[in-house]
Amino acid sequence: MKNSIAERVCDFLKTYPPFDLITFEKLLEIAEQTVIVYLEKGDTLFKADQPANEYFYMVRAGAISLFHTENNTKELVTINDTGDIFGLRPLIARENYKLTATANEETIIYALPIKNFQSATKTNDKVYKYLITAFATNAYDSYTTEENNEIFKDYLPSTHLDVVNFQTANYTKTPVTCPVQSTLQEAASLMCQHKIGCIIVVDDTKKPVGIITNSDIKNKIATGKFPITTLVTNIMNSPVITAKKDLTVADGQLKMIKNSIGHLCITKDGTINSRLVGVLTHHDVLVTLGNTPSVILKEIKRAKRTKKLRIARLKANTLLKSYLEQNIPLTHIINVISEINDAVTIQAIEIALKKMPTPPPVAFSWLALGSQGRREQLLFTDQDNALIFDDVPEDQYEATQAYFLQLAKYVTKSLNKIGFEYCEADMMANNPEWCKSISEWKTQFQSWILSPDNKAILLSSIFLDYSNIYGDESLVDSLSETIFEALENSALFYKFLGSEAIKSPSPLGIFKQFVVEQNGEQKDLFNIKSRGLMPLIDAARLLVLSNQIKNVNNTYERFEKMAEIDANNKELYESCSYAFKALSKFKTKQGLLHHNSGKFIKLETLSKEEKLKLKRCFKPIHDIQETLKLRFDLKNFI
Amino acid sequence: MNFNWFRKEKTDYPDFYLAYLEGFKKKPKSNIEETRFVAFDTETTGFDRKEDRVLSIGAVSFVGKSIPVSNSFELYIHQDIFKSETVKIHGIRKNSGYKKVTEMEAIQAFLDYIKNSVLIAHHAGFDKNMINEMLRRNGLGKLKNKFIDTGVLFKKSKHKIYEDTLQKHYSLDDLCKELNVLKVDRHTASGDALITAMIFLKILARLDKQKHLKWGYLLHG
Repeated sequence: MKNSIAERVCDFLKTYPPFDLITFEKLLEIAEQTVIVYLEKGDTLFKADQPANEYFYMVRAGAISLFHTENNTKELVTINDTGDIFGLRPLIARENYKLTATANEETIIYALPIKNFQSATKTNDKVYKYLITAFATNAYDSYTTEENNEIFKDYLPSTHLDVVNFQTANYTKTPVTCPVQSTLQEAASLMCQHKIGCIIVVDDTKKPVGIITNSDIKNKIATGKFPITTLVTNIMNSPVITAKKDLTVADGQLKMIKNSIGHLCITKDGTINSRLVGVLTHHDVLVTLGNTPSVILKEIKRAKRTKKLRIARLKANTLLKSYLEQNIPLTHIINVISEINDAVTIQAIEIALKKMPTPPPVAFSWLALGSQGRREQLLFTDQDNALIFDDVPEDQYEATQAYFLQLAKYVTKSLNKIGFEYCEADMMANNPEWCKSISEWKTQFQSWILSPDNKAILLSSIFLDYSNIYGDESLVDSLSETIFEALENSALFYKFLGSEAIKSPSPLGIFKQFVVEQNGEQKDLFNIKSRGLMPLIDAARLLVLSNQIKNVNNTYERFEKMAEIDANNKELYESCSYAFKALSKFKTKQGLLHHNSGKFIKLETLSKEEKLKLKRCFKPIHDIQETLKLRFDLKNFI
Repeated sequence: MNFNWFRKEKTDYPDFYLAYLEGFKKKPKSNIEETRFVAFDTETTGFDRKEDRVLSIGAVSFVGKSIPVSNSFELYIHQDIFKSETVKIHGIRKNSGYKKVTEMEAIQAFLDYIKNSVLIAHHAGFDKNMINEMLRRNGLGKLKNKFIDTGVLFKKSKHKIYEDTLQKHYSLDDLCKELNVLKVDRHTASGDALITAMIFLKILARLDKQKHLKWGYLLHG
């Protein structure tokens, strides 16, 4: 029987990854078994610790929040919008759900049958690769890794859309083996001799029958459960998981994740009934993938010359692109990229210090300002930086400043070479105005805060988003203290900041149309930075400053912090945080697409879904601006 | 109500119709969450009950809030009556490629599908009449199912104070707009059936769970 509804489901699916990689006929097999589910706001689709459903899910309209619950605290991991897939755990591993999925608003989702999906895609590597990535993203990145601050965990190498994933895995072709008759002691000696962490037990015909790893020796021998004279067959893990020679990296990785193991035995015909020809370890997979944050980071730390730094930073751009293509949560992307940017800056300073004839005369701190200071810089942008040095006697001031200006000159030059353009407004540490002693800096900020004018606001909005990248952190802390003291006495300053935050009104006009630029070169383009991001950035800054919150620099983290301390407006702050992330992602994607900053968006190039997504972000902007107007009494303040 | 002498002898009916009637002897589910609903729509040659004919029937069924695509219903009926002016609405041409069945086959398939479920349609009266007329032409009795009309239900669901702002008549397109339902495949029977189902679920979600989620409130005359 003709099923038009299934065809329409296909039409929708195929516009989103990974379904764009599946043929229409195969897709139809999936669509025919799909269930369309309607959810009211607050309805729960699945709960953490519940056994897996036979479906995974895609948002058709509306939004689904994924929560992680620990010790009774609910933490938002991510919000899935139209076209996003989630609930992927049962596709990869037979485990209970780890997250809870709840409708954030009235939502329609497609429940896609895992069985049909698997049979339709079993030979499609690309689809699997996408899924492990999407899964790994929601499963680990969002909370586990960020919470523990271990964002460079290497178990996430699949998060790269590089060709390497389709390369045949480069396995060890001369695996170390021992016969079934060996004692554990003999096996362990072999492992020592070859400096390896695992050994394969083979029978007389060289078929793999088991595997022994370091942890088996630790768990079964060192604990005294078995003597070292025991036969290897007593403690080996059996049977082994096998694979064929032409295994791709993505496949190998999937197999490892599925079976939670670190080694695959490569055999002649891919089953345990044929001769062992090699071993693929998790380490091999990582080496093949190469382009992981930790590899890039190591490369940066080892770089002795600016040129090497430039190469490493460019790799990060490839990484960024693949992250975005795979819909990895922006919080994770931002963390990775800012960590890399910081590392690049640190290394550039180290290199510059070596060029100086003497070590620094006094302690100093290198500050990143603006977007890097907020740790939200994704693409190459202008460099904004400043330098604080410790107080020196007056007669030495000039010489000291000269030393640091020279240092800053080296650093900014090398950052420029790496790809960070010089700041047009010259807000850089090699400008004597922004390379000053701590006392001078304190005076500077006090003057901005206590007698604000428009220029002061413009400058302070950049300088207030500072973070210490290199050097003596206590200098920065003492500066912060002075700033917050000054802030206590300046309601006027807040009003100035507030009027800055509400300067660009909600980006939607009265006809629910996007407000586009009226004239100039950018006529008819939508400025996502000034209309979307800046109001949120400005609002977040004002809110944390007026609440005396220190050391929270990310705009989205600032809103999250506000949500914590001001429970009445929790929802508003959370939606602001979400809007900021979504808009940043938009801007970055556009930037990568057009090789620019992504600031201006040609509306007609957006799909309807994208426009909807954009519009969704504008409501919180409007709401937060209204809140600021009331809170800081901005109605009559010009 | 003993008007039995007006009724045809049941034995005249084909087996499938008897089976359909049999289904109504079971006590219906009182619980709305457990009730099977069928939202359906017909595409016709026009609006005259006697003269016009049903060209296609589309339907989806659901229990709770999940609509399985695999269990959707879609068929095209061979008719001798053909009006070119309505082709532009439903897009079903006289010799279009779809596999077409006879009225009797369509009735059998449809009744097998709906069973004793509660039927939902937008301006249900029209679709109900068209189907009933088709049943009559083929020597069968009327539909026995309970009906819900989304057009009527929407108006009822609005609070009294908004009464004056209500339109007299809400088209399916109007309701899509009011309730923010995506219009996909509008003017195919199964596409409209799915839209009707969505509209019903959305109205249901907006109703006061204590007061209004009762059969007396939902059902249409």
